[in-house]
Amino acid sequence: MNWFVRFLTSSIGKKLIMSLTGLFLCLFLVVHLAGNLQLLLDDGGEAFNIYAYMMTHNPLIKAVSYGTYFFIILHAIQGIILAIQNRKARSSRYAVTVTRTTGTNSFAARQMALLGSLILVFLGIHMGDFWWKMKSGQTSMVKYDSFELEVQNLYEKVEASFAVEWIVIFYVIAMIGLSFHLLHGFQSAFQTLGLNHKKYTPFIKALGKGFAIIIPALFALIPLYYMFVK
Amino acid sequence: MKLNLKVWRQKGAATGGKFETYTVEANEHMSFLEMLDVLNEQLIAEQKEPVSFEHDCREGICGTCSMVINGHPHGPMKGTTTCQLHMRHFNDGETITIEPFRSNSFPVIKDLVVDRSSFDRIIQSGGYISVNTGQAQDGNAIPIEKDLASEAFDAATCIGCGACVAACPNASAMLFTSAKISHLNMMPQGEVEASQRVLNMVNQMDVEGFGACSNVTACEAECPKEISVKNIARVNREYFAASLASEKTSSK
Ligand code: HEM
Ligand code: SF4
Ligand code: FES
Repeated sequence: MNWFVRFLTSSIGKKLIMSLTGLFLCLFLVVHLAGNLQLLLDDGGEAFNIYAYMMTHNPLIKAVSYGTYFFIILHAIQGIILAIQNRKARSSRYAVTVTRTTGTNSFAARQMALLGSLILVFLGIHMGDFWWKMKSGQTSMVKYDSFELEVQNLYEKVEASFAVEWIVIFYVIAMIGLSFHLLHGFQSAFQTLGLNHKKYTPFIKALGKGFAIIIPALFALIPLYYMFVK
Repeated sequence: MKLNLKVWRQKGAATGGKFETYTVEANEHMSFLEMLDVLNEQLIAEQKEPVSFEHDCREGICGTCSMVINGHPHGPMKGTTTCQLHMRHFNDGETITIEPFRSNSFPVIKDLVVDRSSFDRIIQSGGYISVNTGQAQDGNAIPIEKDLASEAFDAATCIGCGACVAACPNASAMLFTSAKISHLNMMPQGEVEASQRVLNMVNQMDVEGFGACSNVTACEAECPKEISVKNIARVNREYFAASLASEKTSSK
């Protein structure tokens, strides 16, 4: 087998793919959140709609977004393959299982594939509801004085979706799932990269906990705000 | 103290197994293995087949006394092998579940005895240094910094018991393999073959069918020698370097 293929398909190589794609997705979450927080502004969606237009029409951002789709798919497929292979390594189950770990959340660490699948279902619904409806032109157009062109009113679509109870509940559940996925995943990615260092690891673990709580909480805040405050 | 034991009985690798329940009268100063000896005396007196389990040193250094006690490989005490575990840590009247290490790469030979030759094959693939035999070298001929020596020694305390595999939800052998690679690769004597070693041993570990590491750290939590997952991170980065930067490839 070619040395490079062999490297990428080894147990460590597969984990390298998980780690790099996972960290890229963490970066994506920050950018996506920064944009979405404009939904909390009280401007009738002006800032958000113009921002959404820029995001979907700038060629550089478009290229990055195709990269993001690819990395999510790669991360999900590789994650599911790993989970199946790992499960196959033990075909007879223990009668008693315990969950002792050192330095990570035991539930999250053991349920990464389940939490990931929840995120995947969420992504399907989320993309279908916003991305697809925008792409297929199921949104109305709006014109603001501050911007020369007419833009799609995605804000209106957000308002409509976040008035639906089950969507809001599902978003919150998915964000709790994401939180647990990151609670283990963030610090785990650095260990996979070979970074376990007396000086840096305590910082990475603290940062990971903060990231895992704050980012999903802020995402979840948006639908909750629309349902209960606005 | 009276104990109810739920023990896994299995005739061989090909046959399925099941739990049998026994009661034994033990005393709290006994080690876990001595308690099992009492059970076996009892079974022999009743003309029943004794429970097969492995043991050798009974002092925590050989790594053979593999079994999962109430879900914990080597029992619930931290940093302890089954042979060093004492019955005073259990309660009178308690039900104790005893199972073999479960991993497809550790097939059951009989009852609690599993075949760990997959570990031997990992060692054979690179867990050694090539030296010509001759006069023993002077102890301090190669200066080694104290902290590095201690870290290498900590990795070298791995007794190859396989509890890490047994504890891991993926039945991954990364803690064992990384301890064995680390203790050699950190030393000047082992550095000579470092790249080839990491490529060969990781490859053999994969060939044996162990799962991949998800950084769950159950291995470190259950390891009787408390081997650190830092070794896994070290092997990850050495594997990247050996795969991508060195001109070597795995020899098999
Ligand atoms: C925005 C979404 C996501 C982010 C930010 C994310 C992030 C991460 C990170 C940082 C890791 C740790 C990698 C490592 O241990 O080296 C990870 C692991 C994992 N992810 Fe995701 N992930 C996301 C979505 C998904 C999805 C959709 C799946 C689909 C099944 C998934 C499945 C997994 C699995 C199974 C693992 C564990 C791999 C292992 O250690 O064996 N993730 N994720
Ligand atoms: S790393 Fe620990 S649990 Fe694994 S084989 Fe070595 S001593 Fe046993
Ligand atoms: S019998 Fe040797 S370690 Fe337990």
